[in-house]
Amino acid sequence: MKKPLNVWGLSALLLPALLLALPAFADDAAAPAAAAAAAAAPPKLDSGDTAWMLSSTALVLLMTIPGLALFYGGMVRKKNVLATLMQSFAITCIVTIVWTVAGYSIAFTTGNAYFGDFSRILLNGIAGFIVKGNDTQAFVLASGIKDVADMSTTIPETVYMMFQMTFAIITPALIFGAVADRMKFSAVVIFVTLWSLLVYSPIAHWVWAPSGWANQMGILDFAGGTVVHINAGIAGLVCCLVLGKRVGYGSDNMAPYNLAYAVIGASLLWVGWFGFNAGSATAANGRAGMAMSVTQIATAAAALGWMFAEWITKGKPSVLGAISGAVAGLVAITPASGFVLPGGSIVIGVAAGVICFWSATSLKHLLGYDDSLDVFGVHCVGGIVGALLTGVFSYGALSATDASPDGSPGGLDQLKIQAIGVASTLVYSGVMTFILLMVTKALVGLRVDAEEEREGLDIVLHGEQVF
Amino acid sequence: MKLIMAIIKPFKLDDVREALTPLGVQGLTVSEVKGFGRQKGQTEIYRGAEYHVSFLPKIKIEVVVPDDLTDQVIEAITKAAHTGKIGDGKIFVLDIERAQRIRTGEHDSEAL
Repeated sequence: MKKPLNVWGLSALLLPALLLALPAFADDAAAPAAAAAAAAAPPKLDSGDTAWMLSSTALVLLMTIPGLALFYGGMVRKKNVLATLMQSFAITCIVTIVWTVAGYSIAFTTGNAYFGDFSRILLNGIAGFIVKGNDTQAFVLASGIKDVADMSTTIPETVYMMFQMTFAIITPALIFGAVADRMKFSAVVIFVTLWSLLVYSPIAHWVWAPSGWANQMGILDFAGGTVVHINAGIAGLVCCLVLGKRVGYGSDNMAPYNLAYAVIGASLLWVGWFGFNAGSATAANGRAGMAMSVTQIATAAAALGWMFAEWITKGKPSVLGAISGAVAGLVAITPASGFVLPGGSIVIGVAAGVICFWSATSLKHLLGYDDSLDVFGVHCVGGIVGALLTGVFSYGALSATDASPDGSPGGLDQLKIQAIGVASTLVYSGVMTFILLMVTKALVGLRVDAEEEREGLDIVLHGEQVF
Repeated sequence: MKLIMAIIKPFKLDDVREALTPLGVQGLTVSEVKGFGRQKGQTEIYRGAEYHVSFLPKIKIEVVVPDDLTDQVIEAITKAAHTGKIGDGKIFVLDIERAQRIRTGEHDSEAL
């Protein structure tokens, strides 16, 4: 018990220091922003776009709480239901603060190709354009590089920051399905804080900030195939390899406690995903409409793909299979939405449904790792399927701009760029996850002991039980 | 007095209740139970992980009747709960020494 106390002591010392710094940041925030506004014609706000992005932000938060919480909570055993719900809920709170303090700044400021700068620490300057209760101009993320265009939006920076925050929340929440039933809550808290800052924010910067190297290379990742799903999926695999299998894996009955919860959770994920994908257009426009359309189509195709694959090979079309297929489809269409047309989305959906069915039901047992809720099998594998097929099916007109009239059509060159993005995410996230797990292990340990695991995390970690 | 304890398939409960009422049975106790017999169990598959569930859900009925009603009740339950397939259940009969109604203090057959 000595080690965890030291950690809390350290953070207790740091927190007041950060809070003291807050007024200092707020004071000098307005000056540079005002100067920038005078230099060029300010990008106009659009109330319709802003309204859609406010709504999308709420939809994406709905994906984590209660969507993912119920999806995962329904799939674990009765003794671990509350601990699993608590992971999603606590991560929502932790990442909100981490994102506010430094995560947003690392991801979405100019910095260099790999890492943002610290100009938005504690959201410093985010109120820079506010006059009489509204922003005087829309948010622009400067590339900071001569020939690379700035990223202009038509919404206030607060809305952009909040929308991106909900992505930063769901990504680490996805990871812990891989180590359900056995990770210490204190380890989750520490690991998530470090991982969000040192893995999620940098990768979001690579892919989505104009100065990020993957963005400059021309990677197509509309809503987070690499940043969210491959990233969380590979981290989940590393976590479950480092923590080891559940006690009784392969001999005990580990049937889900309540699949009805999982169905409700998966359905909320599906609905919330419209904010995730169509919201990633950062506007209420035709591209958002196309993103929403292909999201619906690919998800349905993937659910049917998994269902029929299971029906044919195992004899019964299971409910868990159908909802798992739907999630696989949502994952795979994530990078592609906003780039592909309905025809391509059907192919992406079916491919994701069938391939993820294979990876979750056969590959896992073949290789012998205990990825409890198939985070790798669904999110990483589905994310890779989607990221690569985006490079094949991308329709140029959807991403065309004045500066780039052809947009980014699919083809062999684009496929190569996609593959580089996938490989880089796998390597960086995989290695960093391992390092951060070792750090966490040294601080508080990673896993509850075998007796506590048998008793169940709800009572051991939280002192409560689900009815 | 006899205690008749019957383990039956859950979906046969209403049939059994309807068969007993005309015989003058004025009350019975029902519990949801699990167990195994010759039916063994069933196999569940979750994303490729197979679990053999050896205890199946059943309904246990407990009814106390006067001695002269025993055979009729056993026969009625047997008929109502019968499907002919493995797993239909079993009936056990035990002697009851005393019975008392809590509200009125009535004894034995008056209390049934």
